[in-house]
Amino acid sequence: MPIAPSPRAFEALRAAIEKIEAGGRAPKGFLPFGVEALDRHLPNGGLALGALHEVAGGGNGAIDGTASALFAAGIAARTRGQILWCITRKDLFAPSLAQAGLSADRVIYVEAGDEKAVLACFEEGLRHGGLGAVVGEVARLSMTASRRLQLSAEGSGTMGIAVRRWRRQAEAADFGQPTAANTRWRVTALPSSPLPAAGVGRPRWFVELIRCKAGECADFELEACDETGRLALPADLADRSLAAAPWQRRAAG
Amino acid sequence: MVLAADAAAQALRLYPGMVATQARALCAELVVHDADPEGDADALDRLALWALRLYAPVVAADPPAGLVIDASGAAHLFGGEAAMLANIVDRLAKAGFAARAAMAGTWGSAHALARFIHAPSTIVPSDRSGRAIAHLPTWALRLPDGMAEALSKMGIDTIGEIESKPRAPLALRFGPELTRRLDQAYGRTAEPIEPVEAPELIQVRHTFAEPIGAPETLARYTLKLVEALCIALEAKGLGARTLDLRFHRVDNRIEVIRIGMAKPVRNIKRLTRLLCDKLETVDPGFGVETMVLAAPMAEPLTWKPIATDLTEAATPDVADLIDTLSNRLGAGRLYRVAPAQSDVPERSVRRIDPTAAPTGESWPIHWPRPARLLPHPERIETLALLPDQPPTAFTWRGVRRRVKRADGPERIFGEWWRRDGEVDAVRDYFQLEDDAGERFWVFRRGDGEQAITGDLTWFLHGLFA
Repeated sequence: MPIAPSPRAFEALRAAIEKIEAGGRAPKGFLPFGVEALDRHLPNGGLALGALHEVAGGGNGAIDGTASALFAAGIAARTRGQILWCITRKDLFAPSLAQAGLSADRVIYVEAGDEKAVLACFEEGLRHGGLGAVVGEVARLSMTASRRLQLSAEGSGTMGIAVRRWRRQAEAADFGQPTAANTRWRVTALPSSPLPAAGVGRPRWFVELIRCKAGECADFELEACDETGRLALPADLADRSLAAAPWQRRAAG
Repeated sequence: MVLAADAAAQALRLYPGMVATQARALCAELVVHDADPEGDADALDRLALWALRLYAPVVAADPPAGLVIDASGAAHLFGGEAAMLANIVDRLAKAGFAARAAMAGTWGSAHALARFIHAPSTIVPSDRSGRAIAHLPTWALRLPDGMAEALSKMGIDTIGEIESKPRAPLALRFGPELTRRLDQAYGRTAEPIEPVEAPELIQVRHTFAEPIGAPETLARYTLKLVEALCIALEAKGLGARTLDLRFHRVDNRIEVIRIGMAKPVRNIKRLTRLLCDKLETVDPGFGVETMVLAAPMAEPLTWKPIATDLTEAATPDVADLIDTLSNRLGAGRLYRVAPAQSDVPERSVRRIDPTAAPTGESWPIHWPRPARLLPHPERIETLALLPDQPPTAFTWRGVRRRVKRADGPERIFGEWWRRDGEVDAVRDYFQLEDDAGERFWVFRRGDGEQAITGDLTWFLHGLFA
């Protein structure tokens, strides 16, 4: 009869694996979201700093990349130092990044001509090591390309965030392909928080943690970034367990 | 005799070649100065040095009133060839020189285009250098005195006509000079530019006993030259803002690399890296016999304290990353943004230099702004009540959406001080949310009451997260 291993043995094993993967480099630290329900699902209670993370939009967000860009901006806002933001399309509106906590003084934009140039700038930024985070808007991200980014991030301790954004809905199926990213997220816009009067409340997102290295997948309904880049658990969900919420919505609808 | 006439002189009907007494008769207050050919040549040389510092590593004076610049390997620093020419003309105009610029594959062709095309700047692709000047008069071809008149007596008026004639009789009648100039303009014979050199220019050179060509060898000697240059810079307490690396090839052509830095730099590793990034653009041909590294723009290198505050970690310097990327992509591709004093969304953002000091300014935080702003507002079909109700439904890009929630209007007035057309213009912005939870930023032209403020058409301008 197999003996169930103790949780302590698991932790020891996990620590040993981390040590091997780090290859003698000191761990770079972690960036918690500050939302307990979210941080609980991430190993070490936060996003790894020297690693690549991937964010995509759900539904039409896969093409316009609004929620995914602001989600990335919220994370970048809470790092230290300047941010390099590599783009191919010029439609990003800086005031909205400022409203997500990322002040204009911290962001250096790079307008690269094509996807290949974006990846090259992305990697260059990650290798430099003096930046807080590097954000790149890319459509295709192959295993090789993401592996390169992940390794350069590991080497310097700078966080890389790949915002996946496609030209057509059909291309968004590309997100099913595996990459070397540490975590993968999908952010979809939901109807905003209800207000007592007519009007649009604080935006809400459906945030899916699709892949998490050494962690499990999960999904959350969250309120969008505030002016300090922090997400929040909606007030009407905060006192209940997450599992109960979808059922309740169904019952209500 | 009148030697030159600018726009003001031409308005008085003075023209070069006119006799001075006749000019005096036309304009009584005319002050006559003696011509000073040496002074003019000196001034032209100084202008060439100025262009060398600012624009490209290979520059020469082209008397009596021209400059020739080899722009290969330098145009990227200005964001392209057109931008570079515009910059040159603009700066010369500010300094009080009327100038026309042209870029072509050969010196001869560019020379002709700059003088005979009435446009501030002209750009012709290298493979069309010859065809572009075919319709220009033979005077454009830099021929010796009298030859153009002789050609026109034979009924030959344009460069294209010379090109179409059999060469042997022409060479017999006019000598080799005519066909040489023609071949140079058409790019059939090389015409090396002897670059102007400033005596105070900091530069180091290395001449090889045997021509070199392998990329690793070029990279190794680049490092050696940078080391030597940094010693020279250190002796003067300077840092380089631009660096030129010239490769003199055995076939008498010069290949160049120019790099630019946002701040003065004297770091061997950084400079070598920036130069070696560009080595792949150099074609060594049959071999390189001399390499010259010069710093046409050098500025005093000031030291700054490393950490002023013990409690706060020093902010890391990213200037080297900015240099690397802007040398690779072009300077205009890297930027930061800052708020501009305008409520009109597309004007509320201005670009600033990535190394500029933090502005500390931000946009108002209370008015929601979309994550993506469409480059041009797009027409939408709507159902809405006047004067200030948001739409109940709208159709954008062929998809009809029902509006569940809405917020607005946020009224933005036209900026009459910019354009006359905006005196009465009004835009009413609404934030709309559809059934699925997607949020849009739409506006209506006009305030819904007075027809003069707009025609009540609706546009979608941005997408919220």
